[in-house]
Amino acid sequence: MEMDWLLAIRFDVDTVGDFLFNPIILRAMRKTLYIALLAMVLGVVLGTVLAVMRVSRNPIVSAPAGVYVWFWRATPVILQLLMVWFGLRQVIDEDIFRDNWTRFRAAVVTFGLNEAAYMAEIVRSGIQSVEAGQMDAAKSLGMTNLQALRRIILPQAFRVMIPPTGNEFIAMLKNTSVAFAIGVVELLNAARIQAAANFRPMELYTVAAFWYLVLVSIFSLGQAELERAVAVSERERPETLLSRALAIMSSGRRVV
Amino acid sequence: MSESMVRSVDVHKRFGRLEVLRGVSMEVARGEVVVIIGASGSGKTTFLRCINHLERVDAGRIYVDGELVGYREKNGRLVEDREREVARKRAAIGMVFQLFNLFPHLTALGNIIEAPIRVKKVPRKQAEEAGRELLVKVGLADKLSVYPAQLSGGQQQRVAIARALAMEPKLMLFDEPTSALDPELVGEVLDVMKSLAREGMTMIVVSHEMGFAREVADRIVFMDEGVIVEEGSPEELFLRPSQPRTQAFLSKIL
Repeated sequence: MEMDWLLAIRFDVDTVGDFLFNPIILRAMRKTLYIALLAMVLGVVLGTVLAVMRVSRNPIVSAPAGVYVWFWRATPVILQLLMVWFGLRQVIDEDIFRDNWTRFRAAVVTFGLNEAAYMAEIVRSGIQSVEAGQMDAAKSLGMTNLQALRRIILPQAFRVMIPPTGNEFIAMLKNTSVAFAIGVVELLNAARIQAAANFRPMELYTVAAFWYLVLVSIFSLGQAELERAVAVSERERPETLLSRALAIMSSGRRVV
Repeated sequence: MSESMVRSVDVHKRFGRLEVLRGVSMEVARGEVVVIIGASGSGKTTFLRCINHLERVDAGRIYVDGELVGYREKNGRLVEDREREVARKRAAIGMVFQLFNLFPHLTALGNIIEAPIRVKKVPRKQAEEAGRELLVKVGLADKLSVYPAQLSGGQQQRVAIARALAMEPKLMLFDEPTSALDPELVGEVLDVMKSLAREGMTMIVVSHEMGFAREVADRIVFMDEGVIVEEGSPEELFLRPSQPRTQAFLSKIL
């Protein structure tokens, strides 16, 4: 019994505290955040273009978008990372490419292109959720398809798209940890390296878990606020933590 | 200018195997108000949607103000116009829908000024000014910045009429504009339409409002199974219908 007690390294709360705000960890956490945010921007923009292509009646336009979605959804993201980082470096021999192609950029591009496939489906279902009468009305006023899409259909589709897009973003934020496969020192990879160096795996993974929880929680709250902001009428405006807090503060005793 | 506002020649339209329009020919003069009546499925809504090319026609021609809408004629055959050209011609034809189809993410004024600004490139200030006047005209001056969801059906439909008028159309199409409304709200929409008719707007109205038809229409057109069965002045058609099918239909609704 005595021996077992000596061999076991106990969980050390102080170590967790030491590493929680360690600059290496914080820098890696920011890197995780940047990859996710930049990839999401790329994913939303490209995904919207793909969605518009997919709803086209012209097969020359819709088919490439279909193939794109098919490829990026049907292969593992870790394979995509390996292809984009190692694969492209092998295939493209230009100096200007090699000089500018970093692991971080490869990760952003991969997650962005991957996300675009999922966003395309979300935007498409958003577009298709808007009543056909809206397109009729827009066209009857002399709008072209693109004008109607941009000014009438997409703004309405946007509201439907927020919850699934939020889920996508949160899933992707966590999936960026897979970027350790191409050597990006993001949050999990940094924690792993520190865990090995300090022989404190449980403490360091706890630190990583803490920051993932913080990041995801912030974005979940942000999503709820965004849903509230775009709700059209007061009636369908969902209560959020912030709106309740404001209500309580402004009304003094009012119980919400 | 002697040309009629709408001239439809032997228009055919099918949805798959279902032939909805089986040769519809009619003319609407400038300033005329024509009310199309008929049972549901008779093709009246489809015909209306063909006039501004929301539906393609399979055969026949529809001229609005002397121009084909949605098509060019090339060696006697119809060739569909480019999208921009279709949009340009549609802009001069106002349409009001059964379910209003207001843009829910825009205010009443936003609904009205959207197309003038985007399509006609009217400066925003000027469009807003005109939009305000139109809201006064339809009796909703105080609803300027209200969203459609906060308006009653009758108010929504009046905004929708103002939205169509903002494009200064030469022809207005009404597709059962009051059939989705509670009975007590029908009157306010019909009033707006009546004043529009008095101002000399050319109107084609698909409706079951017989009172309105009798009061405002210059001509009633009765459609059944994709063809025009009978047409005439309200008096002729309502009081002395000559066709058995017209008589049967009128006996059901009058």
